[in-house]
Amino acid sequence: MEKNDQFVLEMRHISKAFPGVQALQDVSLEVRPGTVHALMGENGAGKSTLVKCLFGLYLQDEGEILLQGKPVTISSSREALDLGISMIHQELHPIPDRSVMENVWLGRAPLRKLGKLNFVDHRAMKEKTESLFEDLKLDINPRSLVRDLSVSKVQSMEIAKAVSYNARVIVMDEPSSSLTGHEVHHLFGIIRNLKERGISIIYISHKMEEILEIADDVTIMRDGKKVGTWPAGELTTDLIISRMVGREMTNRFPPRKNRPEEEAVLDVRGYTSPFPKSFQDVSFTLRRGEILGVGGLVGAQRTEVMEALFGLRSLESGKVLIHGREADLSSPIKAKKHKMAFLTEERRATGIFPVLSVQFNLLAAHLASYVGSGRLLNQRSMCRDAREGIEKLSVKTPSSRELIRNLSGGNQQKVLLARWLLTDPEILILDEPTRGIDVGAKYEIYTIMADLASQGKSIVMISSEMPELLGMTDRILVMSQGRLAGIVNTPETTEEEIMRLATKYVA
Amino acid sequence: MESKKTFVGSSLQFLSQHAIFVVLVALVLIIAMVDPRFLSFNILRDVLMQSSTRAIMALGVAFILITGGVDLSSGRMVGFAAVISASMLQIPEYARRFYPDLPNLPVLLPILMAILACMLFGMFNGIIVAKLQVPPFITTLGSMVMVYGINSIYFDMAPNNSQPIGGLRPDFTALGSGHLFNMPIIIIIALVVAVGVWILFNKTQLGMNMYAIGGNREAAIVSGVNVVLTLILLYAIAGALYGVAGVLEAARTGGATNNYGNMYELDAIAACVVGGVSTTGGVGTVPGVLAGVLIFGVINYGLTFIGVNPYWQLIVKGLIIVAAVSFDIRKYIAKR
Repeated sequence: MEKNDQFVLEMRHISKAFPGVQALQDVSLEVRPGTVHALMGENGAGKSTLVKCLFGLYLQDEGEILLQGKPVTISSSREALDLGISMIHQELHPIPDRSVMENVWLGRAPLRKLGKLNFVDHRAMKEKTESLFEDLKLDINPRSLVRDLSVSKVQSMEIAKAVSYNARVIVMDEPSSSLTGHEVHHLFGIIRNLKERGISIIYISHKMEEILEIADDVTIMRDGKKVGTWPAGELTTDLIISRMVGREMTNRFPPRKNRPEEEAVLDVRGYTSPFPKSFQDVSFTLRRGEILGVGGLVGAQRTEVMEALFGLRSLESGKVLIHGREADLSSPIKAKKHKMAFLTEERRATGIFPVLSVQFNLLAAHLASYVGSGRLLNQRSMCRDAREGIEKLSVKTPSSRELIRNLSGGNQQKVLLARWLLTDPEILILDEPTRGIDVGAKYEIYTIMADLASQGKSIVMISSEMPELLGMTDRILVMSQGRLAGIVNTPETTEEEIMRLATKYVA
Repeated sequence: MESKKTFVGSSLQFLSQHAIFVVLVALVLIIAMVDPRFLSFNILRDVLMQSSTRAIMALGVAFILITGGVDLSSGRMVGFAAVISASMLQIPEYARRFYPDLPNLPVLLPILMAILACMLFGMFNGIIVAKLQVPPFITTLGSMVMVYGINSIYFDMAPNNSQPIGGLRPDFTALGSGHLFNMPIIIIIALVVAVGVWILFNKTQLGMNMYAIGGNREAAIVSGVNVVLTLILLYAIAGALYGVAGVLEAARTGGATNNYGNMYELDAIAACVVGGVSTTGGVGTVPGVLAGVLIFGVINYGLTFIGVNPYWQLIVKGLIIVAAVSFDIRKYIAKR
């Protein structure tokens, strides 16, 4: 035996194949106690598959898992939890209409015997929750409904829940993807606290800056294989990216090929929601060939304004001019007639049709154009457009008949972008277009955006990633608490100025 | 060895993809093994004839299920269409006519009236579901009860006073029991309807929008699908199909009462889900629904044919519903 106690967790020579894909090939991972071990790689690199093997969601074909030097087999999440391995999933799935404490102790509520019968002991549950939250320095009322909590608080709750299983290793899959800068800071506080208690974190993320800040070790994967493990101190963003993609990538953003023209395509005036807590009096213009960034913290109501603009939300007051003429955008159908497109933030909830094919998903917004003689759809041009869309955006799919839910996030996003490009829009609203997708796909989407702008299309891009806002846009509109905090020229602004605007109306 | 393994593997995959058809063929073969006479032309034709109205009705229900809804009113609409059409298509010499002084109407007129009435009820369901956003289960539960009430009031009108309607005109009953080129007309009608529905599902924008709404309603709205209008149209078409099924049921059996179609809605839903239609929406095919209907047709007729106790038949039916769906759903459960 080698010095096994050096590692709390070892995964040795793990391989896993799915029909047609070798998802993992001889991947090893060693995690030291009380450290943050970042796992990085493009989507499809095998990160999720690896941690799913660890959490008992998949069973590896080959290889072994050692926990504190002892080989273990993990064939269910239950067993993983019992062994001290917890996981915070990328998409949180709490039960919204139950209290925080019931969510934390779900399925293992403290019981009190009354005669021969067991009853849930709510008082003990509350006390246990409180002491758990106290240890982790969380300020959450155990009795509040999860529905009323912010995303950040829900996540903190999930982390506390993971800790409550006496976890020695906690896997966090993209924990920061829906958090604001401030909330990420809070998350890191919790993570440091966990480290001090000797808990190890496997941290999956695409965000370089975060990894370099919080991680001790970084393992990089590519195409189901391990590229290597390095101490975070020896890495830079450029090094990580080049090892992830396997090629030098000096520039994360493609060059912009055009300057916006003077002509205002879209002129939004005084957009105000009927709900006082939502957006109030938002006005801006969008010029031909422009990429306008929309920044702000989560809760700044950026998505809500854009949804209103696309006819998905009602308005109290405000009007919009397209090419100088007042337009009625009270439904997506009308917005589409004005050559608008809207790539939504929640890909799964409002974007894809999961049980339907890639082809269907790609054509869904453009069906009317295929209606031919006798109201029948022209199958040939549908197949052709689907094939072209898949090629043009280099969507990786076995065929156009594949169900879209079997594709990776980045490829799903490309299908959705292809869906809207097919409608030949002049104004594209892209809400967090690169969220949760890998570096390679991100670059491809940026390239498409730059191309569209140079063709005279106008783009509004909501983004919570500062480098993306600064790297891709002409101007940045910043919102704060539902109000317009300012619009800045990208070449002349700084991260600090944007942050200052984003917090302008935060009480 | 390797190629053999993949051959077995791909065969298994083929079988699981087409489980419904395998079950159907297996059922026919099992029954034929007990009594080979089951495979005669006449008997298989009888099975198809009995299944024809059920198939038309199940296809209507499939529209609703694919949108992610459910339709409990279908059975009662079948009864309503049966009573309406039968009440106006009795032979003049019949003693207890629903309308004693009714002239000889063109046969198509009452039929179209019955279908139209069901279509309007369907449209009503659609408006409630789409506009008021009442869950389809509740909406159609309500209309199921209402349609039965309306039908019973009509059926109870003097001088009929809730007597079974009989003495139907031969030009009407021919739809149910007549032949065209040695083919039962009712089977031809069912086939025509099935082809029409298949085209609607696969080749029209309405069909695509139906799958979109069932697949992800929010995404459909964002993509610019007119969800309200689409749902109303789909419910109306489904209603019309129940109407067709009801008219044919009256023609086939040569009569009608207000209890026609009672509980058919559950059979139709069962046939759809056995045929691979997802109750959560977005998934379903016409061949699948037809296979589902035929499975129940074969069970009903076949098990009686080989002398299985009718109560045992119920147990077999129930088992098939659960077994078929649990098998079918493997396709959609994430593989570990």
